[in-house]
Amino acid sequence: MILVLKILSLVALVITILPSLLYVNSILSLDTLKWLSLAGTLVWFVVTPLWMGRTLGPDSDQVRI
Amino acid sequence: MAKKESGSGEFEREPVPDSALKGPGKFWGMYAGEHAAGTEFMIGPLFLGAGASLQDLVLGLLLGNALAVLTWRYLVVPIAIAKRMTLYYQLERIAGGSLVKLYNLVNGLLFCFLAGAMVTVSASAIGIPFGIFYSVPSDTFAFGELSFTVLVIVVGAVMAVIAAAGYETVARVANIAAPWMIAIFAACGLISLGQMEVNSFSALTEGKFWNDAIAFVQEKEGPQEFGFWQIVVFAWLCNGAMHFGMADLSIFRFARHRSSGWAPAIGMFLGHYMAWIAAALMLAAQIKLSQDHAANPGALAWGALGWTGILCVVIAGWTTANPTIYRAGLAFQGILPKQSRVAMTLAAGAVATLAGAFPNLSAQLLGFVGTYGTILGPMGAVVFVDYHLMKKFGLADEYAARALTNFNLAVFVAWLLPVAVGLYLIFWQGVFAAFLVIPCWIACGILYVVMSKVTQQPVSETSEIKGGLA
Repeated sequence: MILVLKILSLVALVITILPSLLYVNSILSLDTLKWLSLAGTLVWFVVTPLWMGRTLGPDSDQVRI
Repeated sequence: MAKKESGSGEFEREPVPDSALKGPGKFWGMYAGEHAAGTEFMIGPLFLGAGASLQDLVLGLLLGNALAVLTWRYLVVPIAIAKRMTLYYQLERIAGGSLVKLYNLVNGLLFCFLAGAMVTVSASAIGIPFGIFYSVPSDTFAFGELSFTVLVIVVGAVMAVIAAAGYETVARVANIAAPWMIAIFAACGLISLGQMEVNSFSALTEGKFWNDAIAFVQEKEGPQEFGFWQIVVFAWLCNGAMHFGMADLSIFRFARHRSSGWAPAIGMFLGHYMAWIAAALMLAAQIKLSQDHAANPGALAWGALGWTGILCVVIAGWTTANPTIYRAGLAFQGILPKQSRVAMTLAAGAVATLAGAFPNLSAQLLGFVGTYGTILGPMGAVVFVDYHLMKKFGLADEYAARALTNFNLAVFVAWLLPVAVGLYLIFWQGVFAAFLVIPCWIACGILYVVMSKVTQQPVSETSEIKGGLA
């Protein structure tokens, strides 16, 4: 089950970045890219918490720049 | 006994036991998401605004980030693994509890400024759907438009309340969001190239799109220069407080192997290389498309990726501001221990919100980050000298703990003098702040030895270091 969720997250991540490569090469319009990216984002934030981020590391309360 | 993992507060006053050590993979995972933060949306465009050439940026960031990684690996990790204590506990044993509180207070105030910049960043994005735009007034301490100031107050209040509840929930959100944020930064950079019709390698290397953007900014703002070595030093030392300043002892004390010290490379080259360049490209694209050179993170992200870009800026700003306000609250509570942590976190949030209401402050992030390293970095020299050199000079290490003092005068003078000179050079002589991190660090280390020669009283070499210091 976890493996399926991880694959879904990976697909969501690919959907957020791959369309931008297609856009650079004039294969995809900017509007379509934005909708795909939003869809990938929604899937990422729905699926990823189901398998990731349950424990915190020693860096979790550290300030980063 | 090992507790559940939860921040750097574990084993706060004892060396990390072998059972709690982590392998290099954990550190690579941790640092992968560490430096793609809200600050990147501000810093990247500032390079372009300051007049950095594309070639200098690409090569300068490469060298500067490599130097930063080497500093973590060879300066921080050996001490972290040998002592396995937090920076604060090591400083307490060397400098005394009272001096650590002072250091912590200064740290907290600087954190408030940083959190303020993140409030500005988040508000700039949240304002876009409501038609609220932020403009940067010429005076440092001048408010923007009333609608933006009100939005900053609302955003700052929400962030402060959430930070007062603790850092855990937001840290989990940050963990989950980190890979996505990196992907969004990369996508924004690529889209910006597409918007500028840079769709071939030759167009990219020619760099006309970049030079045009620089020319536009300089036509509006006058000639400016941000050279190769400024970029190198900035990239190297913008995290000066974490490596030269040894703040990351708190993280690397958990490292089983020294090779974990290479892990910051992934954070540097994703966050301080790819993300900075991507954010700078977003400004170049905005200039080309709308002849607007305002480095408004919300508008930049909206122009590239619409709602997803807005969401990224808000999450990046929020997840950076949250631990910052939380730790500032802890620092203030250290000074006023009778006050609750919640009250002190809210106070820190109020200071951060006030800072965030001055848009010009966040526009000065390049200078602030260098100043931050100049002020906090030298304390790392004290830790370095105490560990490597004190015994060689016939002096006692961890003197405060051995002499049972809460205030080590040698450390105070060694820290204060270089920092005072550094701040004078930054604010009165206009020296680029990041240039002063290493000179102040070296001066602090030398002064610490000299002052210790003068002030140290004989203590038994085998003096048991007492617990319960303030």
